[in-house]
Amino acid sequence: MTASNTPVNDATEDRYSVLVSEAASARRIRVIKNVLLYTFLIVCALAVLFPFYWMILTSLKTQGAYNAEVTPKFFTLEPTLANYTEAFTAVPLARYFLNTFFFTAVTTLAMMVVIVLAAFAFARMSFPGRNIVFSLFLSLMMIPNELVVITNYVTITSWNMRNTFLGLILPSITSVFYIYLLKENFEQIPEELYKAAKVDGTSDFKYLLRVMLPISKPTLVTITILKVIECWNSYVWPRLITDDKNYYLVSNGIQEIRQNGFGRDNIPAMMAAVVVISVPLVILFLLFRNKIMEGVSRGGTKG
Amino acid sequence: MKQNKYKGWLYLLPAILFLGVFMVYPLIDVVVYSFEEGFSFVTQTKVGTGLYNFRYVLHDTYFVQALKNTFIIVIITVPFSTALALLISLALSSIKPLRNMFQTIYFLPYVTNTLAVGLVFMVLFKKTEYSDGMVNLLIKAFGGEAVDFIDGPYWAKMFVMCLYTIWIVLPFKILILTSALASVKEDYYKAARVDGTRPARIFFRITLPMISPMIFYLIITGFIGAFKAYSDEVALFGTDLNAAGMNTMVGYVYDMLYGNSGGYPSFASAAALILFAVVFTITCINLMASKKNVHY
Repeated sequence: MTASNTPVNDATEDRYSVLVSEAASARRIRVIKNVLLYTFLIVCALAVLFPFYWMILTSLKTQGAYNAEVTPKFFTLEPTLANYTEAFTAVPLARYFLNTFFFTAVTTLAMMVVIVLAAFAFARMSFPGRNIVFSLFLSLMMIPNELVVITNYVTITSWNMRNTFLGLILPSITSVFYIYLLKENFEQIPEELYKAAKVDGTSDFKYLLRVMLPISKPTLVTITILKVIECWNSYVWPRLITDDKNYYLVSNGIQEIRQNGFGRDNIPAMMAAVVVISVPLVILFLLFRNKIMEGVSRGGTKG
Repeated sequence: MKQNKYKGWLYLLPAILFLGVFMVYPLIDVVVYSFEEGFSFVTQTKVGTGLYNFRYVLHDTYFVQALKNTFIIVIITVPFSTALALLISLALSSIKPLRNMFQTIYFLPYVTNTLAVGLVFMVLFKKTEYSDGMVNLLIKAFGGEAVDFIDGPYWAKMFVMCLYTIWIVLPFKILILTSALASVKEDYYKAARVDGTRPARIFFRITLPMISPMIFYLIITGFIGAFKAYSDEVALFGTDLNAAGMNTMVGYVYDMLYGNSGGYPSFASAAALILFAVVFTITCINLMASKKNVHY
């Protein structure tokens, strides 16, 4: 539909006006399309954000004001921080926080050591049985956690490790998937580097530390972040293995608050606790947005 | 050189040790447990060997309820969340301004603590003696009858359950689908536009076939994830899911193991194996269906 083939006669005028009106209607359609698109996206975004908004809003209301609402109030003119004080004083929320922090740090660190060593062995070293072991590792990826948790519970109990950090940490130190991810990454580093280092008499371990790790930093950071998210959110295993509040993680802490603590009557205070628990991960996310999204799309399903 | 030959094993040792103790051994053990009849935690003794545990679990009303709940959650949330994620991703990929902002917002639920945010949904829907909760206040404001979505009728509870599940699983699906859509080569669209192909036809003949592998990947992982639903339910309905009538298969396993109704590792193992068999079967069916329908 080009205007190039226009003979000079009366029809040209008509043709031209048709083209103009067609262009105008095309523009109108585009505008309508954009309005619809953005409306849809905004409605969805509001649906995603609303629970966050409601949780922050409620945490700023006083208990009395919240309970007295007949029609829900979507803003508050008298924000109060009293709920936050309540959340930290009525239950050992700070303690749950420290526990989770410690658990997350140690688990992630220990896992990094284990998987780096294993991935290096698979990627660069040759030893009898390597391929068979690697296939066995891969087949373990299919095993759901639910299947092994029963025996692990029995094992940790029989080792008298209930209500200890060791009991919490030990079963989540290895991840076959991350070994696989890291091995793939290690293999992309030119093998010539390794051979050159060998000729120079550099030991395997030194090479791993000085060359492989710095080059693979992006993948290492991605894995670390994914593991931190997983640890921060873990609920099932800590619930099985701890019933002493001194060892509760935040997930178990908040569940305890809800069922036996102030969560039953003081909803604003419970929301304050929820805000406090959610904030660290949201900050982490805003700081490492691209890393996290890239890492998750490369292989994280919410466990 | 001889000692170097086995050095690789040294590097693997920690991983093998941990995987052996916490994955391979439990895998064998869970099968053993499931066939040991009347095994007692305290005395570490069993009565006999056989299929009794499986029979017991399959006849347990709580298990049947859990099975039913799990299937409802799977059947509702997987298609609905995948379709919604596809719609959002399509909308996202056809805009430029503010796209990053929308992507960030949509991803937020992924990085939240499931237990904590579940409580927000509970608060929104729950009717307590102090406050009816936002949703019920709105219903009443529009002249409706307040419903307790957390302790009330089954369909109300299931509604909140599915809503929360979809809210939680959307971010991952949107992320995967937007990057799948971005990787479709621009040349195809250009060629189609030159030919004057209609948008609907472009979608069904180019876009959908090109991203079909990712859609199937999402459906398969979605099925697996939904079958293993558990912490979302705890967040909404508390730890006593059997009493709430909202237990899931994974929840049943854990309840058999621990808590007020716990102490039966044999029943738990049998239930876990049944769960695994179901998930495995469904995944195989999905894989076969995807082989037939995925175009590269």
